[in-house]
Amino acid sequence: MTPTLQAKLIAAMAETIFVHAEELTELDRAIGDGDHGLNMERGFRHVLEASPQWHDKPSAETLKALGTALIMKVGGASGPLYGTLFMSLGKAWPEPLDAAGLAAALASAIAAIEKLGKSEPGQKTMLDVLVPVQEALARGGEGLSARLARCAAEAAERTVPMRAIKGRASFLGERSIGHMDPGARSASLLVAAICGALDTD
Amino acid sequence: MPNVGIVIVSHSSKVAEGAADMVRQMVGDSVPLAWTGGDPDGGLGTDVAAILGAIERAWSPAGVAILVDLGGAETNSEMAIEMLDDARRDKVVVCSAPVVEGAVMAATEASGGSPLEAVQRTAEELSPV
Repeated sequence: MTPTLQAKLIAAMAETIFVHAEELTELDRAIGDGDHGLNMERGFRHVLEASPQWHDKPSAETLKALGTALIMKVGGASGPLYGTLFMSLGKAWPEPLDAAGLAAALASAIAAIEKLGKSEPGQKTMLDVLVPVQEALARGGEGLSARLARCAAEAAERTVPMRAIKGRASFLGERSIGHMDPGARSASLLVAAICGALDTD
Repeated sequence: MPNVGIVIVSHSSKVAEGAADMVRQMVGDSVPLAWTGGDPDGGLGTDVAAILGAIERAWSPAGVAILVDLGGAETNSEMAIEMLDDARRDKVVVCSAPVVEGAVMAATEASGGSPLEAVQRTAEELSPV
């Protein structure tokens, strides 16, 4: 990945979090502790400030630095979870970059998130977006980025009727039904931002 | 060997400090004790770097038991443990217990010189599940 594309992807992720921070916090206020947007905004603000230092690093190292920044600065459970996602992607990053290699890297990142969060798909979390996106990525094919963005958005929608099993939302039991999971929403926003930036590259 | 250390992690620095006050009053200075609460901006939340600092302050060769409140405190504490060096990582545990009662019970157990596993077990006896 070129330094320019790397910077573009980071900017796109940060931008979508900044634009949707209030919405994420609102979703989290319904079923969580009401800080997901604020936390992610703080994390990505720091990422954006630090990213010029990563300009000439290989992608794997940039991903590690990005993950570490999120772990240290987000201040909620999403920090370690997203931090682990990016760090695991960095560890398994394919060179040269292709869909199959990326799918394999994402699969290992999902396994790391499941372990840290003691969670699995179907429990109303970010995994409910990441797993179908990974599967679509592994299938590959034409027009992949547009399909991945749509897949992520639809997967986030499917968390609405789910009952939360993990995290603060699980305290609400039945009352967690009827709200989109904020982590699923932020994951779908990040996927859409990455796909959009790749499409216009 | 020195007693097991106790770390209290809450989303609120006031809760963490208050729980630590209770531990100090009930078990005195016989256990290393540290607390942290709040996100990196000082709001409600938890902060991995601050948790690492608290583990450092409460460090004991016998190990450290961490008591946490809601979800993010647990995940961030586990992340902090992951980031410790190899020699220390295996000597730090997150207890599945209510933060205030767990901290007092864990500290009481630790003050008698019990090993880390016993400290964790005593705290977790309070857990409803």
